[in-house]
Amino acid sequence: MSWVPEQPDRVWRSAEPKRRYQVVIVGGGGHGLATAYYLARNHGITDVAVLERGWLAGGNMARNTTIIRSNYLWEASAGIYEHALKLWESLEAELGYPILFSQRGVLNLAHSPQEVRDGMRRVQANLLAGVDAQWLDPMEVAEVCPIVNVSPQLRYPVLGATYQPRGGIAKHDYVAWGFARAASDLGVDIIEHCEVTGFDRRDGRVIGVRTTRGEIGAQTVALSAAGHTSVLADMVGLRVPLQSHALQALVSDLLLPVHPTVVMSNAVHVYVSQAHKGELVMGAGIDAHNSYSQRGAVHVIERQLAAAVELFPVFARAHVLRTWGGIVDVSPDASPIVGLTGIEGLMINCGWGTGGFKATPGIGWCYAHTIAHGQPHPLNAPFTLDRFTTGALVDEHGAAAVAH
Amino acid sequence: MSQPFRHPDRGRVDRTRPLTFRFGDRTMTGFAGDTLASALLANGVHEVARSVNLGRPRGIVTAGVEEPSAVVQIEAPFPEPMLTATTVEVYDGLVAHPLRGQGWLAPEPDSARYDAVWAHCEVLVVGAGAAGIAAAADAAASTGDRVILVDERPPRPSEVPAGVRLLTRTTVVGYYDDNFLVAVQRRTNHLGAAAPLEQARERLWRIRAGRVVLATGAHERLIPFPDNDRPGIMLAGAALAYLRDYGVLVGRRALVYTNNDTAYRVADELRGAGVDVVVADTRADAPAADLPGARLSGVLGDRRVTGVRVAGRQLDVDAVLVTGGFSPVLHLYSQAGGRLRYDDGLGALLPDGCRQRVEVVGAAAGVGLPRCGPPPMPEPSDADGRTFVDLQRDVTIAEVRRATGAGLRSVEHVKRYTTAGTAHDQGKTSGLLTSATVAAALGSSAAEVGVTTFRPPYVPVSFATLAGRDRDDLFDAARLTPIHDWHLARGAPFENVGQWKRAWYYPRDGEDMAAAVTRECRAARTGVAMMDASTLGKIDVQGPDAGEFLDRLYTNVMSTLAIGAVRYGVMCRLDGMVFDDGTVARLTADRFLVTTTTGNAAAVLDWMEEWLQTEWPHLRVWCTSVTEQWATVALVGPGARGVLARVAPDLAVDVESFPFMRWRDATVAGLPARVFRISFSGELAYEINVATWHGYALWQALMTAGADAGITPYGTETMHVLRAEKGYPIVGQDTDGTVTPDDLGLGWAIRKSTKDFVGRRSLSRPDTARSDRKHLVGLLPDDPTLLLVEGAHIVGHTPLGPPPVPYLGHVTSSYPSVALGRTFALALVTSGRQRIGERLYATVNGTLIPVEVTSHVLYDPEGARRDG
Ligand SMILES: Cc1cc2nc3c(=O)[nH]c(=O)nc-3n(C[C@H](O)[C@H](O)[C@H](O)COP(=O)(O)OP(=O)(O)OC[C@H]3O[C@@H](n4cnc5c(N)ncnc54)[C@H](O)[C@@H]3O)c2cc1C
Repeated sequence: MSWVPEQPDRVWRSAEPKRRYQVVIVGGGGHGLATAYYLARNHGITDVAVLERGWLAGGNMARNTTIIRSNYLWEASAGIYEHALKLWESLEAELGYPILFSQRGVLNLAHSPQEVRDGMRRVQANLLAGVDAQWLDPMEVAEVCPIVNVSPQLRYPVLGATYQPRGGIAKHDYVAWGFARAASDLGVDIIEHCEVTGFDRRDGRVIGVRTTRGEIGAQTVALSAAGHTSVLADMVGLRVPLQSHALQALVSDLLLPVHPTVVMSNAVHVYVSQAHKGELVMGAGIDAHNSYSQRGAVHVIERQLAAAVELFPVFARAHVLRTWGGIVDVSPDASPIVGLTGIEGLMINCGWGTGGFKATPGIGWCYAHTIAHGQPHPLNAPFTLDRFTTGALVDEHGAAAVAH
Repeated sequence: MSQPFRHPDRGRVDRTRPLTFRFGDRTMTGFAGDTLASALLANGVHEVARSVNLGRPRGIVTAGVEEPSAVVQIEAPFPEPMLTATTVEVYDGLVAHPLRGQGWLAPEPDSARYDAVWAHCEVLVVGAGAAGIAAAADAAASTGDRVILVDERPPRPSEVPAGVRLLTRTTVVGYYDDNFLVAVQRRTNHLGAAAPLEQARERLWRIRAGRVVLATGAHERLIPFPDNDRPGIMLAGAALAYLRDYGVLVGRRALVYTNNDTAYRVADELRGAGVDVVVADTRADAPAADLPGARLSGVLGDRRVTGVRVAGRQLDVDAVLVTGGFSPVLHLYSQAGGRLRYDDGLGALLPDGCRQRVEVVGAAAGVGLPRCGPPPMPEPSDADGRTFVDLQRDVTIAEVRRATGAGLRSVEHVKRYTTAGTAHDQGKTSGLLTSATVAAALGSSAAEVGVTTFRPPYVPVSFATLAGRDRDDLFDAARLTPIHDWHLARGAPFENVGQWKRAWYYPRDGEDMAAAVTRECRAARTGVAMMDASTLGKIDVQGPDAGEFLDRLYTNVMSTLAIGAVRYGVMCRLDGMVFDDGTVARLTADRFLVTTTTGNAAAVLDWMEEWLQTEWPHLRVWCTSVTEQWATVALVGPGARGVLARVAPDLAVDVESFPFMRWRDATVAGLPARVFRISFSGELAYEINVATWHGYALWQALMTAGADAGITPYGTETMHVLRAEKGYPIVGQDTDGTVTPDDLGLGWAIRKSTKDFVGRRSLSRPDTARSDRKHLVGLLPDDPTLLLVEGAHIVGHTPLGPPPVPYLGHVTSSYPSVALGRTFALALVTSGRQRIGERLYATVNGTLIPVEVTSHVLYDPEGARRDG
């Protein structure tokens, strides 16, 4: 389990910005990089720049807890996440990069009769949608993950769980680097330390961006800036229904294998897996206040560890080595916003909130399609910005109450 | 010989208290005051671990928390993984084990206690070295302020300045906003098995400080050279600490390898203690050096240093003591938001301004540190693969160069590529070396390359410590009603509803849940029954604008409510979806009592406060939770009036005097009470509210008064069945955040007037106004004995066919019903109201069950039973 692959001798090519591109992608996180890759691979569009204001993929892509699953409630969500999961299943070969994709299964625990109903409902919806899903009783939970405390004495006893065997984890940095290298091999320019500070417009149309490294023209500007999308959108007078919050995570010291799967619990709020080196990787809920600063409050961590020890008594003397925060972009229905903006030349991809890592290849695929055709891909068509005007929400929040 | 490397008289250990411990398979002795590292060194043991990837033998490098190498597993008295031998205090019975990069967790639960305390002070001083003690003394003397001085080491005989509260064995691990710091105090670890169980093993201190003084000192650095990870190679300052503090000689013949003058003091003192010392200085201009301008090019020995190649010579040594200068410890400063600047003279980072009230003093501010620049980096050579920057992660110069060679430029990327700086020590001694290697490889400067972000905690903290008391019963303390003990005595199982424990049903001898619920339902529909409804959320809303305020939050109008009247109300979120429901009673002209669902009480109060505080601060309204001030008993069934009349003789209970949806003040069972005539079952019902402390008495009085009528207590399951028979939705069960009032058949509760309310605009959006939305309907399985699974999906066709299979909705509630004489369910179904009478199928795991769609009101649709 402590196995970590040898890193390749070559990563992406760092490029200098050109004067103009066919497509400029703002934000070099996983989504921006995957989009650039699929633009080149699926649509032959290689005159593409990915602009990243800091070091590449240093935003949420470097900070997430890497949980991958596709067992979302609604058909629209299951569609795009399942598309992503299928891509994950061959991504390592596709990118020629070791991304440590491990299908070790994901458990979502239920701790109340209502969570049992919701879990059963999600399993049925998943089965109809063609997503692998099982309902496990507490004993079966213990078989999949023997360290979960399934004692009825628990303050909120485990009453069962949904289980997606094909879910799992991957190594976030390697995924980003794999996409970056593959994209740059196809001719995409990856430009770091290049912050977008404004937009150039003609007759209402966006025709380029202003950056800390000069002006860059573009036929299409595609936003992919996660927690900072609202800041960018504001620069063109576009209002997006996003709330940015800090979301924290942490790792423990390296431990011999103890936790074979991924466990998520909403009521006893924590989710945890054991990464390849042996560290426990954990997260919980967002910090409640709005913020653009990548730091959170310690009481959130305290609460998360209380939950971890409650559910996994064996973790009592594991140690926290490091805590950190990312800025997540939460939409009103906890579903992403992808597609046209009403402003010509400007596309948007945001609102993935606490759960967009797992979508990385899927959204790259669909966003690239959207950019190439000027029309949403069928899988992201339900996730338009104007659903907040029409009311056709894809509410994964109230309905499923499972984030990440 | 026991402890052959213990100096006869130096050090501060207590030689009158020998201690026995085991390391690996060796039993050894040390003294009180030893760390595991000092005791091992006293016994001549240098090799204490293996490296994680390469399996190389590893020794002890430092004498403190920055230890990169000597990581051990504690096995007894209780297993704890990955502790640094340099910080574990020795006690009798300690059993530790060398590790190879990964520790293990005890399978049995940790019985130790943990807790947390708050502290407030004007001045918090972190670090009780000379600078810290001086700062604390100063602050205490000049102002009389509350001063807390925190130090990670055990208590020392040195003097605590008057007026200063000293916390020892306490490490500040996090520095957050508004001068909020978190520290971990190790209270009983050093006692081993003798630690009293009732005392918290570790305590979390949450300290709010007016200002903070960081006197956190500096960490000495290594100089990279080939095989610089061999046991016996350590920091020069550590060797000095082992001598001074523990009376331990780290070797007999030592090479001191330095780029700065602090080495000479170390050499002198070691010589004074009888060690042969040769000083090799990397600087050409080093008159006191035995070997000036020297480069250490090789190390002999594998599991212990036996010699070195330096300045073209080979020397037999058993210890190599290195100093590559010092780096101020600025982790906390950086966590606080402090900026850092690279100082060429020190070859290290220095504080450069912070938005919080914090000051850095002493070595942490660079005071007294040698200005020797960064440690000299080796020229590229084929020994790079054996020249380590991060010992714990087995990261060599070659590996860092491979990262830059692959195209990486940022230290953050190099960290992630090599894993340098990700171990238990978070790169305390390796961070700058990694940066320097990157800088050298890129032809840039360490200042430009920078370092990776410092993040809490400063040292590893066990999960249990951060969990504190929030474990087991206190994890999320259960809320109990004043009648709880009665339910318990009756053998009721409990259901968690929010934080509350609610009685689920009351089995009589031999009854299972189904039998008990059948009996309870029958009593409520045909006789008289009662339920503890104390957990319902209750909010007292007062003020001249209270009516206006409630009008804005509820879909129906509340301001027109007469005093003495009660109205059912629905609240929506901004998106027009049902958020909560309950009743509103008008108590006086400017006072309302609002009830909420049990689970949503806090959320509704938050919602009210959010609107009041952020959007409508001009409204004169004040909200107070009174959930726990009232005990509520629902008295239900055709026989309810008779029982109430008996316990409330002064209350006119006839239909005309006390009609439906009214409340009355009354004396019930001799207790001051407020009685509501509302019903969640469709039967004649009263909800009797008394002060919480009268709840138990009320309950017993009703049991007695109803005894001859066969009064039957019922739990939440019966409540659910009764309300479902009547088609009353439960928010959170029959709704899921995507359901409008109209979807639930509550269109009547949406006001017709144009006056705005939260969610109104959303309800007129095209999708929300569609007629083919999902509606709450009833489902009757063709087989009247078959109970549908809640969560089953509804499809309109058979067979299912291959996925993706389109579906129409799902089952939200499903029960056997004694009143209906069959099973039934509620479901949200697309165009449900247009489908009444249709045949659909419920599907669970691929099986299909035929059902008929009906109205969601299955029992007494005329409402004939309301008045008894
Ligand atoms: C602690 C944490 C745990 C998480 N756990 C999970 C999980 O387990 N599973 C899961 O699926 N998801 C998880 N997520 C969510 C997931 O990380 C995000 O949804 C996803 O990474 C967002 O897409 P991205 O990778 O493109 O974002 P990012 O990596 O944040 O990319 C956005 C990029 O835009 C850049 N940018 C911003 N403004 C500008 C500008 N003006 N100019 C140029 N560049 C700019 C940023 O620097 C950043 O690099 C988690 C998130 C966090 C913070």
